[in-house]
Amino acid sequence: MELIFELGQEGRGLDLLPECDVCEVTLDAPKRAGKMHLPHVSETELSRHYTRLAKRTHGVNDGFYPLGSCTMKYNPKVNEEMAALPGFTSVHPLAPVESVQGCLEVLYTLQEDLKEIAGMDHFTLQPAAGAHGEFTGLLLIKAYHKANGDEKRTKIIVPDSAHGTNPASAAMAGFEIVNIPSGEDGCVDVEALKAAVGEDTAGLMLTNPNTVGIFDKNILEITEIIHKAGGLCYYDGANLNAIMGQCRPGDMGFDVVHLNLHKTFSTPHGGGGPGSGPVGCKDILAPFLPGSYAVKTADGYEYEGCEESIGSMRSFAGNFLVIVKALTYVTTLGAEGIKEASQNAVLNANYMRVKLADVYDMAYDVTCMHEFVMTLEKKKKEINITAMDIAKAMLDYGIHPPTMYFPLIVHEALMVEPTETETKEEMDHVIEVLREIMAKAKEDPEYIQHSPHHTVIGRPDEVKAARTPVVTYEF
Amino acid sequence: MSTPTELKFSKSHEWVKEEGDVMVIGLTDFAQSELGDLVFVNLPEEGDEVEAGEAFGDVESVKAVSDVFSPVSGEVCEINEDLLDNPAAINEDAYGAWLIKVKNVTDTEELMDAAEYDKFCESEK
Amino acid sequence: MGSYVPNRKSEQEAMLKEIGYQSFDDMFSVIPDSVKLKAPLNLPKGKSELETANCIKAMAAKNKSYRGIFRGAGAYNHYIPSIVRQITSKEEFVTAYTPYQAEISQGILQSIFEYQTLICQLTGMDVSNASVYDGATAAAEACAMCKDRKRKTFFVSETVDPKITAVIKTYSFGSGCEVVMVPAKEGKTDLAKAKEMMADAGAASLLVQQPNYYGLIEDVRGAVDAAHEAGAKAIVSCNPFSLAVLETPAEAGADVAVGEAQPLGLPLAFGGPYIGFMACTHDMMRKLPGRIVGQTEDDNGNRAFVLTLQAREQHIRREKASSNICSNEALCAMTVSVYLGAMGEKGVTEVAKQCINKAHYLQKGLAEAGLTKTYEGEFFHEFVTTVKGSAEELCEKLEEKGYLAGLPISEHELLWCATEMNTKEQMDEVIALVKEVVA
Repeated sequence: MELIFELGQEGRGLDLLPECDVCEVTLDAPKRAGKMHLPHVSETELSRHYTRLAKRTHGVNDGFYPLGSCTMKYNPKVNEEMAALPGFTSVHPLAPVESVQGCLEVLYTLQEDLKEIAGMDHFTLQPAAGAHGEFTGLLLIKAYHKANGDEKRTKIIVPDSAHGTNPASAAMAGFEIVNIPSGEDGCVDVEALKAAVGEDTAGLMLTNPNTVGIFDKNILEITEIIHKAGGLCYYDGANLNAIMGQCRPGDMGFDVVHLNLHKTFSTPHGGGGPGSGPVGCKDILAPFLPGSYAVKTADGYEYEGCEESIGSMRSFAGNFLVIVKALTYVTTLGAEGIKEASQNAVLNANYMRVKLADVYDMAYDVTCMHEFVMTLEKKKKEINITAMDIAKAMLDYGIHPPTMYFPLIVHEALMVEPTETETKEEMDHVIEVLREIMAKAKEDPEYIQHSPHHTVIGRPDEVKAARTPVVTYEF
Repeated sequence: MSTPTELKFSKSHEWVKEEGDVMVIGLTDFAQSELGDLVFVNLPEEGDEVEAGEAFGDVESVKAVSDVFSPVSGEVCEINEDLLDNPAAINEDAYGAWLIKVKNVTDTEELMDAAEYDKFCESEK
Repeated sequence: MGSYVPNRKSEQEAMLKEIGYQSFDDMFSVIPDSVKLKAPLNLPKGKSELETANCIKAMAAKNKSYRGIFRGAGAYNHYIPSIVRQITSKEEFVTAYTPYQAEISQGILQSIFEYQTLICQLTGMDVSNASVYDGATAAAEACAMCKDRKRKTFFVSETVDPKITAVIKTYSFGSGCEVVMVPAKEGKTDLAKAKEMMADAGAASLLVQQPNYYGLIEDVRGAVDAAHEAGAKAIVSCNPFSLAVLETPAEAGADVAVGEAQPLGLPLAFGGPYIGFMACTHDMMRKLPGRIVGQTEDDNGNRAFVLTLQAREQHIRREKASSNICSNEALCAMTVSVYLGAMGEKGVTEVAKQCINKAHYLQKGLAEAGLTKTYEGEFFHEFVTTVKGSAEELCEKLEEKGYLAGLPISEHELLWCATEMNTKEQMDEVIALVKEVVA
């Protein structure tokens, strides 16, 4: 398929603007010398180019997308409609407060809804993504300890099962990372945790259920250990889809959380963004919140900032249109719908886990939450079939593979998260496909090792791409 | 490839060669085979201090990064610039592709000889 | 209650029983009672789609719609061609995940590769990443790119948008780097002062904005020289349309070019989602944060695109990653690509020219109406005026007639902007209104 730069002819284009109705001015400034090579295509060519690209793209709308820890649930179309309303899209972020009461109401309403769902006292909707939210939350912890004169609290404890953004965010916030090993059951090793805390503990980053899909029963004990040592607890909300409406991070002893609107709250992934990572916190961290957030007064909605704010995570209030989509979703579901979502997310994951357990090795043989981990470690030794091979073989059936090689504590991992929006028939079909692939792998391993066979490209040469990076088109 | 007998080996799979006062350090064949195709090498600068048992740089494959540890303490007097453009050299000839040279060596880790190292690798498999 | 769970209650019950659970409560017994919610969430009941839509539409209706927008300051009102919205609404693009599985994501990967190429063409730089959250975080990440063990101080011009500076300072609270402000002289960066301050100061970078916050055109070459003289890197935060006309950051010798690409096809949308672009020289490529797409081949020799240089990123380096960034703004990057595809070089240059022409026309008219131009010097599409009375009150008068005036940046100063969206009629009306108020 051609690149857009390989299409069209010089001189082709669209007729979009009227002629200028005021006279021409020549700028008294150093001018651009080099030519700008932008596409020179007609509207026909532009339109077809993107249709071709769309055919080579696989979204949740195309089929089952069981990416563990990503929560690829159905993206409701009403969300898209609401986010496209001109009453929202045409609003300038710096317009006067009186003229943006609708936007402030959106922010305020979602803030309140998320506070209730997460069990927090305050929320900021400013962070643009989960990692951005993690960074924000860690800065809040840093500011808190600084304000208390506690400058020797330099360490953040992170389990070895954590998502890579956790230690990366902690490092960006200037903390040292203390990795603690997970126990045999995939959960936090409480004895190891007790040994790791001290006067230099700033806090702990955790998600519950954890990254192997298991709810850590010791959670209250864990957060208490940290609090007793003088640290604070950070909740990575990536797995909230398992527990919303059932329990809340605020009740588990967490002081600060981030949520992923593009996971739990159904806003679409867009091929890798835009997302939104709101951060919630208890009263003790409220003075440090970034930017300004919406408050309700007798006369309407206003902005309010915090006196000891850590500053600002970005220009403006947040990924507003993403926030609109999430608010639409929460409004649609309501209290009962939220609980129903998590119930079925967990049901669907256990359904698939149980029905695959005779053919695939499960990393943990217990009731899982919204996701479960299969391991190909034994199969790699027995018949040289890896997680990568199974994943690539699924592509030939038009099914997006699960998350591969994460979390790091399980070797040859495939993490499956069906979500609540899949039908029983679809899951039964995928179970059949996985059984077929394993049967083929035993009968003809080479065929599976050379998958995929039916996609637009075969396995790409990633070594070449990294050794000699070509990252723009050569004109 | 047989393990060169004139070299010494660390438990973290680096090899050391004595060239007079200078120690030459590289990655073993076992290491490169475990790491897979290398795509980039991060080396220290000349003049940097290294410490026995501490990481002085790392090597990247497509999906992973691995620290490289110094078996000696001292000062970096030369780095193998060729590896910056051609990290594949380590995969092609691990014992020929040295990473750094260290002078003013003050401390050395306990190292194995070729036979001991081969036995060690067997036990790791 | 609204629901997207397709399986009916009876199907759910059957599934539970099939896999050995008596009920949902039975399955959720893995959650200890000590943390389980005892009552339903205190949220309103769910709604049908019709009710939800009415509820949200009512909120949208409370926002004011303006006849003409004369305010910029980091968010710009430009014409968005219909094809942009149509293409970026395609469900495949909207609902896809990050393209980690290259074989079924060639569409997304190719579109990012095209986006990277377009950003390099605009800025003149060698390498671009797949985008970051917005222009302000791009500037903060750019500063972080430039630091090393010996250089940890970021120099930032006072003429940079204060919202950007605020983010750089917040990010530096994390990294422990120092941020030093270089003063302005008559609305532009005081380069002599910059040189003085950066000498022997462990300077990692100097950041200037082009055009700057006041709309003025800076001496970027001078800033680049000042930075390099001090052994620091030069970062330019630029308006994307200005790149069509002005000397590019690459031509001026900059090391990193960043900016807010919202003007290229993204609606104002009350501040987001927006998109930050980051581009740099070949030498700095491995320091660039975020996703990068590279071209390669598959085993049949077909051209293929993949996420590359991933060993820089958090999912591999974890705490040793230079940035924690995971998502980019993929759909926004595609929006920018479609916009640039629709506009082409001719269209982008035409928009830039119209912005220049109209802003200069407005400025002249406002000067005649009694608002003096605050700073001397050439400007692009924004400029500051001084008013004897209250700037806020002047805004309110224009507001009554449906115009969003320039932004009050102090008691007596307004930061105006004009784009191809402002007609001569609108500008004449605004000028007349101002004349009335000032009189």
